[in-house]
Amino acid sequence: MDVFDKLKILTDAAKYDVACTSSGVDKTAAAGGIGSAAACGICHTFSADGRCISLLKVLLTNVCVYDCRYCVNRRSNDTPRAAFSPRELAELTINFYRRNYIEGLFLSSGVLKSPDHTCEQMIEALRILREEYRFSGYIHAKAIPGADNALVTRLGTLADRMSVNIELPSQSSLRLLAPDKTKQAIFAPMGHIQKSIQENARDIVKYRHAPKFAPAGQSTQMIIGATPDTDYQILNLTEGLYKKYKLKRVFFSAYTPVADDSLLPAPDTKPQLWREHRLYQADWLLRYYDFTAGELLDRQHQSFNPYLDPKCTWALNNLHFFPVDVNRAVYRDLLRVPGIGVVSAKRILATRRTRALRFEGLKALGVVLKRAQFFITCSGKAADGVKITENNMLRSLLSEKALEQYRHNLSLEQLALFGQPPILPNPGRAYEHEYPGGLKLLL
Amino acid sequence: MNTQADLNYYYDGSFDGLLCCVFESYDKREIPIDILVDAAAPQLFSGRPVPTDPAKAARVLASIPQKLGPAALDFVKHAFLTCLPRKELHILLFLRLGYRHGPRVMDMLADEVVNTLFKAVNHLNRESHLLKGFLRFSVCNGALVGEIAPKNFVLPLLTRHFCERYPEERFLIVDKTHGMGLLYQPYQASVLPVADLELPAADEDEQIFRELWRLYYDTIAIKERYNPRCRMSHMPKRYWRYMTEFGAPRDIPHLRLASVGGKLLIPAAEAEN
Ligand code: SF4
Repeated sequence: MDVFDKLKILTDAAKYDVACTSSGVDKTAAAGGIGSAAACGICHTFSADGRCISLLKVLLTNVCVYDCRYCVNRRSNDTPRAAFSPRELAELTINFYRRNYIEGLFLSSGVLKSPDHTCEQMIEALRILREEYRFSGYIHAKAIPGADNALVTRLGTLADRMSVNIELPSQSSLRLLAPDKTKQAIFAPMGHIQKSIQENARDIVKYRHAPKFAPAGQSTQMIIGATPDTDYQILNLTEGLYKKYKLKRVFFSAYTPVADDSLLPAPDTKPQLWREHRLYQADWLLRYYDFTAGELLDRQHQSFNPYLDPKCTWALNNLHFFPVDVNRAVYRDLLRVPGIGVVSAKRILATRRTRALRFEGLKALGVVLKRAQFFITCSGKAADGVKITENNMLRSLLSEKALEQYRHNLSLEQLALFGQPPILPNPGRAYEHEYPGGLKLLL
Repeated sequence: MNTQADLNYYYDGSFDGLLCCVFESYDKREIPIDILVDAAAPQLFSGRPVPTDPAKAARVLASIPQKLGPAALDFVKHAFLTCLPRKELHILLFLRLGYRHGPRVMDMLADEVVNTLFKAVNHLNRESHLLKGFLRFSVCNGALVGEIAPKNFVLPLLTRHFCERYPEERFLIVDKTHGMGLLYQPYQASVLPVADLELPAADEDEQIFRELWRLYYDTIAIKERYNPRCRMSHMPKRYWRYMTEFGAPRDIPHLRLASVGGKLLIPAAEAEN
């Protein structure tokens, strides 16, 4: 089997892992070496599905002793198997890197022989890159659940980012679909990684040259739509993970059917891209907008609205919070206004120091007035000619596309009740890149 | 102070030259209707050549961080690299506004001139950020060679990034739009005019890695999520032409550099942020 066949098989097997960012760490090449990293992350291309490609994302091998039912690599699946040798993989990475195809490597693996053995192979590939090629580019390594802590630690000193995928958002789903894995097997390495990162931060203060442990932090991924877990459960788990394990990112991956299994959605089920999109929006609100999970969903409302983004939904459900005055409100309150984002809120703060803002000037600051006008005042005055009715608000908050789809389904009056609207047939946009342009999607 | 309805300034196209136009505008208490590069435009209006005088340029340069703050100087240097039509005049008007209002000019986004310049600089920054990723090198006799066709003059903004990424390599990035190249060898970078391309075929190794990359690119996409509109909005088509995954480059450009004595618009290191 030549390297073309291996690359094809091992890319195909890795593509469902959504994380591809190269963000979170700034560094330049070591003397005599190659490679740097930019904290904002760099996308090197976008694949036909619109996703950012930043890293060479492959498995070391797709051979696996486990049989997780949602996974293409499960033992019982009849699929071609391959494995890179550590050196082969290191050379491929360097050659792609030199040509500026990639920011680095995202290495994951099926479990070959045992978790320890697999982890050792991954360590060897990264060791060749770091020590022989003196490679300082970005490396994201997936911890193999069940591997010895000492090996995970070694992996973490070679990688910039570590991740342990939760995949299934609840223990009952886990028991059902990943019988070989337990909650413990997933959270133990996550806890170990977090502890190592913390200790490392202390060591670096003490000894300046202590080797860095996963300086870009830790992330995880959950599959959306393979199980009945609700948005409410997933978002709460997400919030908990940020708090408890200090994760840098939680990624969501709409389940693409890979098996005909009575426990899973039928093979012709479309991935729930719109749910994935809403979860990313909500995740963004948790990380940058100072929202809590409990403000966005609750026991009575466990699903996101397919037509309205979570921030707009919150605004409509909390009209008593408005209007917010752009000349007086604090940053956090400005951020709650539909049509005002992180960038425009900061500009508002900067600009109003020089003179009082008026409605005419807001557009230049990046405020989307069509949405914001219902929720703001300028020095106590509302915008001219704005009729604040629920109908008008809805019309302005829905995207063109959602509005179009909505006309097909039910009337705006019905929407105002926020019942359980039918599921959107059409996907939103997948975004996982982290450059600031991504913010716009929330406005 | 009034705009002189029929007055154009002509300058030599360098940043120093533009600073001398700023000097001239204050000295003569006038605002031209446009500032043009040497005889680049038809002489419909009366024009005045403004010679580049390093001493005057230095005075203006020193005054900017003093009166407007260091961020404004950085901003103006970036603005000079943009493809904004009449960027020179906008920079002059911005500086005049800044001398009047001080550092707060950077927050005056509601002002037409400031706003236009900010948008232009954002466009420049975005384009240079994208090109850090979208640029493709070919390995040619051990050196890295890549081509781009940016709208803005981004080479000075790419310099530091690629030097830090490949400190031990020799590389050349050719900007086809502006006829300039960024040439690096350990540990020195320069931005030079580049003429003439000749194209020898890629060697076998190079062909193999290009094919491997194309294979990777095609395989990583999930077909159930096919979304060409989304791809296009993140990666507009004009970039595709020089990207390996879309078939380019077929061959490796072989370049001859124009004489090193050629005029440099801005020394690479200076325009870095
Ligand atoms: S252990 Fe990982 S690779 Fe193996 S079947 Fe489970 S999810 Fe797939």
